[in-house]
Amino acid sequence: MAKSLFEKVWAAHAVGTLANGQTQLLIGTHLIHEVTSPQAFGMLRDLGLKVAMPHRTFATVDHIVPTDQLVEPYRDPLAQAMMEELRRNCAESGITFFDRATGKQGIVHIVGPEQGITQPGTTIACGDSHTSTHGAFGAVAFGIGTTQIRDVLATQTMALGKLKVRRINVRGSLRPGVYAKDVILHIIRVLGVNGGTGYAYEYGGEVFDRFSMEERMTVCNMSIEGGARAGYVNPDQITFDYLRGRPYAPQGAAWDAAVERWRGFASDPGCPYDDVINIDAADIAPTVTWGINPGQGIAITDSIPDPARATAADERASIEEALAYMKLRPGAAIKGTRIDVAFIGSCTNGRLSDFREVARYVRGRRVAPGVKAIAVPGSQIVALQCEREGIDHVLRHAGFEWRAAGCSMCLAMNPDKLVGDQLCASSSNRNFKGRQGSPTGRTLLMSPLMVAAAAVTGSVADAREVFAVHS
Amino acid sequence: MALEKITAVTGRAVCVPGNDIDTDRIIPARFMKCVTFDGLGEFLFYDARKKADGTDQVHPLNDPRLRGATILLSGANFGCGSSREHAPQAIQKHGFRAVVAESFAEIFFGNCTTLGIPCAAAARADIARLAAAVDADPALPVTLDVATGEIRFGGQSIRAEVRPAARDALVHGRWDAIGELLDGLPAAQVLAARTPYLAA
Repeated sequence: MAKSLFEKVWAAHAVGTLANGQTQLLIGTHLIHEVTSPQAFGMLRDLGLKVAMPHRTFATVDHIVPTDQLVEPYRDPLAQAMMEELRRNCAESGITFFDRATGKQGIVHIVGPEQGITQPGTTIACGDSHTSTHGAFGAVAFGIGTTQIRDVLATQTMALGKLKVRRINVRGSLRPGVYAKDVILHIIRVLGVNGGTGYAYEYGGEVFDRFSMEERMTVCNMSIEGGARAGYVNPDQITFDYLRGRPYAPQGAAWDAAVERWRGFASDPGCPYDDVINIDAADIAPTVTWGINPGQGIAITDSIPDPARATAADERASIEEALAYMKLRPGAAIKGTRIDVAFIGSCTNGRLSDFREVARYVRGRRVAPGVKAIAVPGSQIVALQCEREGIDHVLRHAGFEWRAAGCSMCLAMNPDKLVGDQLCASSSNRNFKGRQGSPTGRTLLMSPLMVAAAAVTGSVADAREVFAVHS
Repeated sequence: MALEKITAVTGRAVCVPGNDIDTDRIIPARFMKCVTFDGLGEFLFYDARKKADGTDQVHPLNDPRLRGATILLSGANFGCGSSREHAPQAIQKHGFRAVVAESFAEIFFGNCTTLGIPCAAAARADIARLAAAVDADPALPVTLDVATGEIRFGGQSIRAEVRPAARDALVHGRWDAIGELLDGLPAAQVLAARTPYLAA
């Protein structure tokens, strides 16, 4: 019988069935970072347990690292303590740690793929909801909590109920100036922030067939914002070409065997899905959020919703709550909304292609007076690639601060934070209340180029107009 | 490792209304700069409970009549966003033993179950009825019967179901899977040894 990738990967990793009916699933690759793992190591010690497969566990540091201070000790003693705790835990258990001194440190969801650790047909878990990013390679990748990190450390398995699979086809061609970020913001807007509960999303169609790995990662990254715990794209030649030659990718004869195996994990033609959704790529516009969850987005050409026009009481209440927090006027155009901060980075949009696209258009332009603009590469390798191409120079010259790698202002656990009710045009993934470090700070999610357009004009703008984007 | 069989939770309830309450709101990221979960209870819903100067603002959890409640009521898609276990840890350390909402985000639901916190889904109208009863009498005893999937209060009863796998784990004292997973470790090692990318 024809099977989906999800079914095949699940079957290949199922150890057995637990008493409550859940599956004990083998987790091939466990990624850890400094925020959600220290308590798990503490639990392990309390139980007298050891890490079962330290060679299948990889660590990096991303959430708390300052992006403007490389020398330790960090000014924030709590950040320093978390750094040292992770170092100690990795050393004691024999876990590979991509520390800052290795030159390979970065956001965990950028490091895994660029090292070639993330591979098709594998299972991946990490104590971070954006672990769905790795699904771009045809892996089944889950965000997990700290107690589950303990479970994976101790047994390299976890207890999980099987997900349903929803195939999302995006057909046709994207219009110029429309990016992978717009695709996922559109999908979340259409299906809702909880539309994916209980599902893994399989993304396909011509748009995904043509997407680069970095574009696929941007979409898979935000699956969780649509409620789907996992999202993936079937592996193909683009996947294999990306992985070839990377440090942890198979080499020589093993490479050919691996590619053969990886191809076999792709969903079989005609396999059944629990649900299928079709989206026309031409319907997707550059998208901007106006509210306090990632589903509250509109096309850049649209007006901010008016609660008076809401059809359901629920919708009215949620628009009112969002607008009260965002201090935005119902019915007004989103275009022209003044911004205070522009942030380009994060596990969603902190990769080389993101900075390349921005540099291509901001060359010779200047960040508007009064706007603080920061560009934060997602990893040390991304930073180096950008610096080799002179991208850092272009961005600095335009008035962006060029920072060191980390999560930075996506969730502001480091010193990069909004102040007061500053409004931030952000290439990150969440616009929740208080997300960017100030309890009253405001976030508008958009593609990196739309952030750049907002940065140079000082207000939310249509990048297609600002930069004359035609192709 | 014998775990408590969580068949029912009885106590007072408090409603924090709203849909899509995310884990950043439950516990803002700046309070995750820690290497243990100790003390997280005091930061539960911090930015909604406190003004910028750190003094209290109007919030159900600041209402002295509702202090000591052990059952948290809320709306749809509760716990969406980040996978941070800090969120259910903060809820538990604040003193809550159960959460009742219209629906739950997936990762949050799993994290709660693993900590022995039942997450029961109930209809909006029923939650509103319960919240109204609690509002009228904050001392009203409320019982979430995990095994039968109902909530009883003041002579009334509403449906509130924990999904079957989680319910069975809670009522049979198997909500922390580590024991079972360790039992399966030898089988996991056998499977890993014949899985090409793990055997290498």
